[in-house]
Amino acid sequence: MITPLHSSLGDRARPCLKKKKESGWAWWFTLVIPVLGRLRAQTIMKARLKGAQTGRNLLKKKSDALTLRFRQILKKIIETKMLMGKVMREAAFSLAEAKFTAGDFSTTVIQNVNKAQVKIRAKKDNVAGVTLPVFEHYHEGTDSYELTGLARGGEQLAKLKRNYAKAVELLVELASLQTSFVTLDEAIKITNRRVNAIEHVIIPRIERTLAYIITELDEREREEFYRLKKIQEKKKILKEKSEKDLEHRRAAGELLEPANLLAEEKDEDLLFE
Amino acid sequence: MAGRGELIAVIGDEDTVTGFLLGGIGELNKNRHPNFLVVEKDTTINEIEDTFRQFLHRDDIGIILINQYIAEMVRHALDAHQHSIPAVLEIPSKEHPYDAAKDSILRRARGMFTAEDLR
Repeated sequence: MITPLHSSLGDRARPCLKKKKESGWAWWFTLVIPVLGRLRAQTIMKARLKGAQTGRNLLKKKSDALTLRFRQILKKIIETKMLMGKVMREAAFSLAEAKFTAGDFSTTVIQNVNKAQVKIRAKKDNVAGVTLPVFEHYHEGTDSYELTGLARGGEQLAKLKRNYAKAVELLVELASLQTSFVTLDEAIKITNRRVNAIEHVIIPRIERTLAYIITELDEREREEFYRLKKIQEKKKILKEKSEKDLEHRRAAGELLEPANLLAEEKDEDLLFE
Repeated sequence: MAGRGELIAVIGDEDTVTGFLLGGIGELNKNRHPNFLVVEKDTTINEIEDTFRQFLHRDDIGIILINQYIAEMVRHALDAHQHSIPAVLEIPSKEHPYDAAKDSILRRARGMFTAEDLR
């Protein structure tokens, strides 16, 4: 057989390097053990192939679940962004109204910044094994702009504050959707990469090794068969040779036949007949 | 991570910032640094970029709101930001209504939706 240069089976695949014992009973032992080793390698490889295929199917399912969620989120993002456009327009409008009635209060507002009343918390959500960050807004503290607009335009200012508070809530929701979107994008890319790696690298490799082992086993079987036939032939030849030898010696009269008890008619040991 | 309050930062023109401050998101941290930036006609792009990067590095800011026309100016800094937190949201301003085609995030998923979805 052609010996492979590189094989994951090592020296077992190079019979010229294997030591063969031809003496007596130990001889047939060396036949059986390598074959057993190959069979075991085959079952191991089959188990690995099965494992790789199961893993690939699971990862595909995970990728599908993630992609489904991804598309849902994307749709929601588009809707919310359109809605946000509208809400922002309304809020900007009410700002213009308030400026009209209350005068320019921008500088006072900017100077009086102290503590935020609206803050956000990040929570974790789980989708098919991927943790997504989700924002939740909450209020704390009092309104530091309670006194603004007391002079004039108080109602417009109150409306303005309400509009912007609504805008902030919507934007927090949008931010949650966006972070989920980005995280899912990454997760999907990684999962798809893994699926492709298993599908195009690992499984073909295992299948090739399995095919190689099977051809090796077949080869071994053929070798055994051939060897047995040769032995039978040799034995036959030896037998014929020894028979011929016997014939010759008998013909030459060298061979003394041992006494045949049954053929003798007169027994010398008997004194009286 | 739950339970720790984070702020909403704003980078925008005067009207946008005033509006959101009235909405109650403005805060000065212990170093008297505000979580907002008012962008006027004479504000340089470097200043905007610096403030944006600072907001990204601060760990008490969860969301950054930025006017879309300002986002256009610092598009490269926005695109370089790949993490999910802080979330960067582009909002329209009074003069420039919202254009979905320019949004960083929506551009990433451009092949997945058609023009009908945007209407």
